[in-house]
Amino acid sequence: MHKILAKKQLSPNVTRLDVLAPRIAEIKQPGQFVIVRAQEGGERIPLTIADADPAKGTIALVIQAVGKSTRELVALEVCDAIRDVSGPLGHPTELIASGRALCIGGGVGTAVVHPIAKALHAKGVQVTSVIGGRAKEWVIFEDDLQKCGDVIVCTDDGSHGRKGFVTDAAKEVLTAGGIDIVYAVGPVPMMRAVANLTRPFGVHTVVSLNPVMVDGTGMCGGCRVEVGGETKFACVDGPEFDGHKVDFDLLADRLQTYREFEQRANACADGQCRIRR
Amino acid sequence: MSTLSAKERMQITRQSMPEQDAAERSRNFQEVNLGFPEQLALLEAQRCLQCKAAKCMQGCPVMVNIPRFVSLVAQGDMAGAAKSLMGDNALPSVSGRVCPQEQQCEGSCIRGVKGQPVAIGYLERFVADWARNHGTVSDEAQPAPTGKKVAVIGGGPAGLTAAGELVKKGHDVTLYEALHKPGGVLVYGIPEFRLPKKIVASEVDRLTKAGVKIECNVVIGRTYTIPELRERFDAIFIANGAGLPVFMNVPGENFKGVYAANEYLTRVNLMEAYHAEGANTPVLKGQRVAVVGGGNVAMDAVRTAKRLGAEKAMIVYRRTKEEMPARAEEVHHAGQEGVDFQLLVAPLEVVGDEKRWVKGLKCERMELGEPDASGRRRPQPVAGSEFILDCDVVVVAIGTKANPLLTATCPEMKLNKRGNIETDEAGMTSIPGVFAGGDIVRGAATVILAMGDGKRAAQAIDAYLKK
Ligand SMILES: Cc1cc2nc3c(=O)[nH]c(=O)nc-3n(C[C@H](O)[C@H](O)[C@H](O)COP(=O)(O)OP(=O)(O)OC[C@H]3O[C@@H](n4cnc5c(N)ncnc54)[C@H](O)[C@@H]3O)c2cc1C
Ligand code: FES
Repeated sequence: MHKILAKKQLSPNVTRLDVLAPRIAEIKQPGQFVIVRAQEGGERIPLTIADADPAKGTIALVIQAVGKSTRELVALEVCDAIRDVSGPLGHPTELIASGRALCIGGGVGTAVVHPIAKALHAKGVQVTSVIGGRAKEWVIFEDDLQKCGDVIVCTDDGSHGRKGFVTDAAKEVLTAGGIDIVYAVGPVPMMRAVANLTRPFGVHTVVSLNPVMVDGTGMCGGCRVEVGGETKFACVDGPEFDGHKVDFDLLADRLQTYREFEQRANACADGQCRIRR
Repeated sequence: MSTLSAKERMQITRQSMPEQDAAERSRNFQEVNLGFPEQLALLEAQRCLQCKAAKCMQGCPVMVNIPRFVSLVAQGDMAGAAKSLMGDNALPSVSGRVCPQEQQCEGSCIRGVKGQPVAIGYLERFVADWARNHGTVSDEAQPAPTGKKVAVIGGGPAGLTAAGELVKKGHDVTLYEALHKPGGVLVYGIPEFRLPKKIVASEVDRLTKAGVKIECNVVIGRTYTIPELRERFDAIFIANGAGLPVFMNVPGENFKGVYAANEYLTRVNLMEAYHAEGANTPVLKGQRVAVVGGGNVAMDAVRTAKRLGAEKAMIVYRRTKEEMPARAEEVHHAGQEGVDFQLLVAPLEVVGDEKRWVKGLKCERMELGEPDASGRRRPQPVAGSEFILDCDVVVVAIGTKANPLLTATCPEMKLNKRGNIETDEAGMTSIPGVFAGGDIVRGAATVILAMGDGKRAAQAIDAYLKK
């Protein structure tokens, strides 16, 4: 059992939970994730470790409530507990040791970019972050990223920062030159757009993939993605890959596998099923 | 009763296992075999000729003293039979259900030469279930603690057996399991209708009561590495299974609706997608499901598809039924349940619709040629025989290979070229004090071999710790 020590609403549909998991807090590295199961009978959900406090023994999970299982998770309150937390899983991010990095985060992906930016900054790498959201209230981790370097905020409606997509701002940064590596995490279309943007600049681009997962140990093969024409298991070979080699169409397509099921589950949850806890 | 002559014994015919009706069971997940009632067990046990040089025992990978426990059953001494059996085999209620008896004990039984062998597997299951239902507690005294700490990695049959044996010897045992529930293939792979989960749960319960500490959600290689464990433990037993699914490497294999059997079965078993309502983890319930392969895993997947409501559940196998590595009983049961066997058929490509959902499996027909290295006749394609099998879900059950997750964090451990851990006779790896067994050593093998490895390694670990 993993007690929830803090809970905070970050945006209209994104919640942060600080969860007791001392071993994971002690050893986790940027880019790694955990698989959680809220309660007995619950689904196994992969979530990136957005931050950790080894002294308190907590890890921060940033959850976008999209389906029944994630909604059940964010319905938990401080002092409630998450039944299972397994990890840290996946390979840590390959961090450059010096130079300049551009970190791009879209939506909840910003929570994944944050530990990367933090680790880069700690190494002395110069970090520029470009983050985005639909509108002001959807932008997350702005203050945290500010501590790691420059931050450019983009919103679709211009209610905060610049109006436009993260790719527009990123393009300007790249054009200005001097960027050694790009880290991009967000919705699949955004990562694809970033990979397409950076390709002509010849800048190495790391993306973090979020396919459907079950076990997270390489046992089921459900998380398979194609990178450079080869099938890889994101949970053990990734989750981060060379964005210029990822087959984003396949990733987006396979993410649709359970759409119908999710829609049905959501419809049910909107009705009376919310009591299940 | 126990003083029948050999001739009288010979006259008793093999008792058949009561089972759920095929049509009915192919729509539910309850156990197919219902188990011998006591009088059938008594009768069947009397068929045993009590051979002096018992061939059956040599056929058993863990050398269970079969004539002894069977004769105790024949005498009606179930508690005695249970004690005898469980002294030889830690999880008889599991092996009694899933061992390929026809290739092992029963395959060697003298009575099988001219007729039907003694139903040793059914008797094993009977005795084990009797013991579970009668709550027989072992009369073994609590062992004196040795003060030695042993880590067991993996909660499958190899790990569970080793943990049980080690705790019996007084060692302080911690078992680490990557998933949220121990049992390994017994809980995520083998379905409820063949091995009810409550049986595995009660075996696990017995271990925890005996003092084994089980920590789930710990992935060795990530949460802790082998070098880290070596600092905290006096010995380690690695039993993390075979793990990684193998795909066919044909076009279309990443279309929506193609599963590795491990994923399909895990969703249904461990994640309980078999519950009609309220399941949180989804699984695609195909109308026409094609399962590629001919082993136990393929049989489990195809019979699961049937139970999830498939109109047509098909096995696609490139050889014939004779070459199938699955247990004979499973192939037989699958046939009874209406599974369609597409034999001498090999997949070439998964065919998808415009939205990349599976809509068929392009196959070609095969014929058997000369025997290959495994002694089985090698299938060869028949020219121009291509056809498309209509289906909306494809399950790939053609094997697994060693998962490198754990071994990658311990480069000094010797592996063979397939990535399996190398051990000596006793089960010790190239690192002193680190032992391994089960599928991670053998490649995909069997439950009983994994249990045998667990037991042997426990003995070797005990000897190592006493040195
Ligand atoms: C569907 C299916 C049906 C089968 N049917 C039969 C049958 O009828 N008869 C038969 O004899 N055999 C059968 N087998 C084969 C048999 O199940 C295996 O040979 C046996 O389970 C191997 O046991 P094991 O203990 O080595 O590994 P497993 O049972 O695979 O257990 C390994 C355990 O280790 C855990 N683990 C993995 N990696 C780590 C890690 N890094 N850290 C911590 N824990 C880890 C896993 O989660 C798992 O719980 C079947 C297999 C499958 C998949
Ligand atoms: S999640 Fe099962 S193999 Fe990656």
